[in-house]
Amino acid sequence: MTTIAELPPGFADKVLSAQSTFRSVMDAMARPGSVQRIVPMPGTPDTMMRGTAAIALTLFDHDTPIWLDARMAESADVTKWLKFHTGAPVVQDSSIASFALIGDGGALPALDRFALGTSEYPDRSTTLIIQVDSLASGRSFELRGPGIDGVAALLASFKPFDLFERLHVNEALFPRGIDVVLVADDAVVAIPRTTRIVSKGS
Amino acid sequence: MYVAVKGGERAIDNAHRLLAHKRRGDRSVPEVTLDQISEQLGLAVDRVMSEGSLYDRELAALAIKQARGDLIEAIFLVRAFRATLPRFGASEPVDTGAMRVERRVSSTFKDIPGGQILGPTFDYTHRLLDPALAEGFVPDAPATAEAPTAPTPRVTDILGRDGLIESSPQAEDGAGIGDLTREPLNFPAERDLRLQNLARGDEGFLLAMGYSTQRGYGRNHPFAGEIRFGEVEVEFFAEDAGFAVPLGAIELTECQMVNQFKGSATEAPCFTRGYGLAFGQSERKTMSMALVDRALRARELGEEALAPAQDEEVGMSHSDNVQATGFVEHLKLPHYVDFQSELGLLRKLRQEFADANAPDAMKEAAE
Amino acid sequence: MNAPTYNFAYLDEQTKRMIRRAILKAIAIPGYQVPFASREMPMPYGWGTGGVQVTAAILGPADVLKVIDQGSDDTTNAISIRKFFAKTAGVATTTATDEATVIQTRHRIPETALNESQVLVYQVPIPEPLRFLEPRETETRRMHALAEYGLMHVKLYEDIARFGHIATAYAYPVKVNARYVMDPSPTPKFDNPKMDNCPALQLFGAGREKRIYAIPPYTQVVSLDFEDHPFEPYRFNAPCALCGAENSYLDEIVTDDKGSRMFVCSDTDYCEGRQAAGHHGSLSAAPYKEKAQEVSNG
Repeated sequence: MTTIAELPPGFADKVLSAQSTFRSVMDAMARPGSVQRIVPMPGTPDTMMRGTAAIALTLFDHDTPIWLDARMAESADVTKWLKFHTGAPVVQDSSIASFALIGDGGALPALDRFALGTSEYPDRSTTLIIQVDSLASGRSFELRGPGIDGVAALLASFKPFDLFERLHVNEALFPRGIDVVLVADDAVVAIPRTTRIVSKGS
Repeated sequence: MYVAVKGGERAIDNAHRLLAHKRRGDRSVPEVTLDQISEQLGLAVDRVMSEGSLYDRELAALAIKQARGDLIEAIFLVRAFRATLPRFGASEPVDTGAMRVERRVSSTFKDIPGGQILGPTFDYTHRLLDPALAEGFVPDAPATAEAPTAPTPRVTDILGRDGLIESSPQAEDGAGIGDLTREPLNFPAERDLRLQNLARGDEGFLLAMGYSTQRGYGRNHPFAGEIRFGEVEVEFFAEDAGFAVPLGAIELTECQMVNQFKGSATEAPCFTRGYGLAFGQSERKTMSMALVDRALRARELGEEALAPAQDEEVGMSHSDNVQATGFVEHLKLPHYVDFQSELGLLRKLRQEFADANAPDAMKEAAE
Repeated sequence: MNAPTYNFAYLDEQTKRMIRRAILKAIAIPGYQVPFASREMPMPYGWGTGGVQVTAAILGPADVLKVIDQGSDDTTNAISIRKFFAKTAGVATTTATDEATVIQTRHRIPETALNESQVLVYQVPIPEPLRFLEPRETETRRMHALAEYGLMHVKLYEDIARFGHIATAYAYPVKVNARYVMDPSPTPKFDNPKMDNCPALQLFGAGREKRIYAIPPYTQVVSLDFEDHPFEPYRFNAPCALCGAENSYLDEIVTDDKGSRMFVCSDTDYCEGRQAAGHHGSLSAAPYKEKAQEVSNG
């Protein structure tokens, strides 16, 4: 049992680290497929990667219900750390979550279990933050859509294997849909709902 | 030789210096103090606290002084400061039934338990300018009597006991209290947000809207069930302590209108409510607010909503004087880039009009 | 008395988080207006509070900020906003478009092409392009949901029937990524083509109306028009009197009460840059402004 005093600390400089992390995530979202770096964190709880922890400290608070997958939820430290540093309520119902933290992509629930927004308010959707193996090597993909000058190339290794195929649903749903942030250690890639992805094999 | 305008920064600094000078006025006249404003212009302070959404007499007095007595500017100053304050949560509902009443009148009954209490009011004064007030006036000490011990139950509670008025609509258990300063407003809006909007709304705007319902634009047959002004305790439920802790006392004015009854085949007829609440002594504001609150309940009460006061998009989107004054006054800012584009279009249209209407001969000559 | 203290870039962290979340959603849904809990700022609504909140939420100590109003760095409101951030965030400021990483603007897009390392933040008074056709928020929201934009086309077509042209000269509506009709803020329609496929991220903030929206980089932005009445950017047909530019948007300066006027670039940085590089207009005796002031002072 970890006490609060033993939990890893948050940002050394709350204001400036949050700003810098946000700019990385904003750039990632504005330029899908581009790999952005997140400011280094002093430490993170358990299964949580540095990038995930920094995003949590930057975007989560009392107003953002968070859903944790089984891998994240099984760690008492993750829950305690989130509660202590962000105050965000952890919810069981993924369909009301602002953000979902996915530690084990292999067990990612069906996308329609998350909030997809409504036609009137497509922004009321869950943003998935999925921890992956690598954003520098692995299978090869071509991305097209807003934010991309023609085609963007992405090398990534992740689970679930068919994540990008599942995200094709965004095309039919738009403007509703799911935005995804992939995290590999301190590297971040965003796949907003407008991005269309083609696999180029491995 | 044309040189584009520069030096705006110095112009701004100088304008603000001049403003400070004008604000002070004739320096041989003593400077007005915050205490003087708070004590002697108390109703202005009340209005700035209400529409500024911040209960702090000293800051409101400072704002009035800084704004040279322009109350909307003062409200703006208070709001901008309020926006930077951390929000810890919502207080427990205040019990206006337990108010230490200073004034309390009902127009629906001749007498009520606890009595009608006129208190400090302009009502029944003859509006004759009083030269005695110009300087050095020392008022008589107020009349005193034994403090009454009888409770002063709310008139609406008396009616409610017999089911003659609808019970006050209750929020669902566990439903949070909306706060339109923390979340964007969406339509249709629930009553908590409507009341918050009205409480912050411009007194003049609400007065006009309330007045329009009396003149037939969404008439709702109001009776001033009760208007009360006095002090109430504010408590905050501290999660750490596990109980409500008192934060202090504030002065409030509450108006409960008793309105047109409703009823149906399945529901016994009863009067309906309109509610107004404001900081300090703000009777005109709370009465207007109660009229507009009732008007805005049209949808919920199944009434046809055709009048402006019944239209929440009209009312709630335009009641805020800080928003309104900003946008109206922004027309002072330069718009010459847009104007130039419009001018170009207009010249082109005029040219085409002239060409089309020119006599053929002239057209040929011109060619 | 509670003496106020303020955070880096004025806004408290909770407010910044809320705005940042809205910005991410805005980027993910190009052209869709994300509602956000706009705060009361220390400047009036309608004077750039939306742009200021967006800038405050993205700005960091390494940024270089440029603020323009009507294309000029020296208009009073631009100065006031630039001073606000210099004071509350201590960021470096510039008037040079190509040196800036964040540009906050009212009513213009700079003439100098923007690049990938820049963010353009627009101040928006009325974000809803359909507002003047349908005042009700519930209705316009439904129209956007269904992509039902017939009303807008009818309005533009009525213009043509009445005037022979689409009678919108500024705030000319666009369609973003072939989905949402969007208000570009009251920029002259001359600037509309610059929004299309722009390398820079474009963010729009409407404080009073509590909306944030965005155009991601390299996103298609099309000005609404008809095949037989195609969109035409307007520009007064003259070179700039100071720098001779033939492709910049011009301000009309009235020089006396007898109808004399001259036309100069509205983008003052662009104009000064050209003059410094040796370009001349009909009225630029001196190579550029500082020189001109020396002459007139001497």
